[in-house]
Amino acid sequence: MEVPRHWRLRKQRYGLVGEACPHCESKLFPPRDVCPECGKDAREPYQFSGRGEVYSFTTVYEPPTGFEEYAPYTVALVKLEEGPMVTAQLTDVNSKDVKIGMPVEMVTRKIRTDGDERGMIIYGYKFRPVLQKS
Amino acid sequence: MSPMNEEHNNLLLKPNRAVGIVGYGAYVPQYRLPAAEVARIWTNGQAALPVKEKSVPGLDEDVATMSIEAARNAMKRAQISPEQLRAIWVGSESHPYAVKPTSTIVAEAIGAAPHIQAGDWEFACKAGTEAMVAAVAFVGSGMADYAMAIGMDTAQGRPGDALEYTAGAGGAAFIFGPAQFSLAIVEYTYSYVTDTPDFFRRQYQKYPEHAQRFTGDPAYFKHITHAAQTLMEASETKPSDYRYAVFHQPNLKFPQKVAAQLGFTREQIAPGLLVGEIGNTYAGAAIIGLTAILDIAEPGDRILVVSFGSGAGSDAFSIVVTEAIRERRNLAPKTKDYIARRVPIDYAQYVRQRGKLTMK
Ligand SMILES: [Zn+2]
Repeated sequence: MEVPRHWRLRKQRYGLVGEACPHCESKLFPPRDVCPECGKDAREPYQFSGRGEVYSFTTVYEPPTGFEEYAPYTVALVKLEEGPMVTAQLTDVNSKDVKIGMPVEMVTRKIRTDGDERGMIIYGYKFRPVLQKS
Repeated sequence: MSPMNEEHNNLLLKPNRAVGIVGYGAYVPQYRLPAAEVARIWTNGQAALPVKEKSVPGLDEDVATMSIEAARNAMKRAQISPEQLRAIWVGSESHPYAVKPTSTIVAEAIGAAPHIQAGDWEFACKAGTEAMVAAVAFVGSGMADYAMAIGMDTAQGRPGDALEYTAGAGGAAFIFGPAQFSLAIVEYTYSYVTDTPDFFRRQYQKYPEHAQRFTGDPAYFKHITHAAQTLMEASETKPSDYRYAVFHQPNLKFPQKVAAQLGFTREQIAPGLLVGEIGNTYAGAAIIGLTAILDIAEPGDRILVVSFGSGAGSDAFSIVVTEAIRERRNLAPKTKDYIARRVPIDYAQYVRQRGKLTMK
């Protein structure tokens, strides 16, 4: 059981909440309290827009324990519009339709279940192709 | 007002402070199971189809994730900060946990926790509208300025059962606030309930039971008709005073029949009648129809919404659209955008996505 760790990470995982550096305006994800650009303190919570694009990707056919029921799925390095790069699963997309540079948006989805069907459901961010609006 | 109307008027539920909808948002998963696929497996394709197709959630979707997206859409339209919300209530009959609220997950995901009232509501298919009535009261009493109510479901039917053709996934979120900031004013609501055993699911049972002869006249038609007629009599309105109407939609036939019996035209119900394309979204069914209407309504339009929940009861709402609708509705995806995002699946894929395959 990893309940305490899931609980501590829920804000950044559910909603892509990182940090903003008050000194150089860099945006940090994941939050690490020290700005990688200027080395100063950066503890202001920052809600990312969730928009970005696929920088690179790979499709997983033999998943690690806990992810079997979702295979095959695509994991991408997503470049957020605010700058940081995040690794996340893509969802609502067939792996053969994924392209580098594809615009994506953050959604909150089930990541996996902790253990079997009696375990806690872990939710977190994934990215999907941007919803077409009329 | 005649004595008859005065008596009825007391039946209306109306807040002290004028309340309206400040934001709304819909959600429908992208997968669709054509009803013809269900018929192909179970009846050699011989069954009469109650809908064209129904929406099916992805492997990583449940009522919590779907509520989060609808809630985010409602927040975009409301243009308020998450801290201003003082309640998040989620009505569903498919909450992911038997014990552990969905509402706290939604509150956390949209940044509204921890200074907030949260709770999960249940009443079959009217769990969403009962949360809406409570949210109107919460704001209307002055206890809070903003409250969110959600109706969302990922309903399951027993394989081969009549419900398997229609049991869909989707719903909507509404944020209620002071009338002066609203895109639609809630004039009043009215609720009508009786103890009717038309449809139920005992604890630990995966699929519901439904009493075929109970589900029509004594349940759906009786409750919706009483709720709609009482609300109209008490408010001295008639069907022609409403630009649009939306009724709980378990299939295509029932809402069209009840609308005709009450005196509403096909034009009045067409924009909110989505069951043919997304199936019966249970706690989301009547209210996702309301989102589709708000997407196209004009200021001044009056809308009648009547839900139905087995067990049984109906909540009716009279809502009048304001000028604010024009710009607010464009701040988030429209309901038809979600309906247009359509990936058809076959029965085998459906079986996998609905957890009907055992992996161990
Ligand atoms: Zn910095």
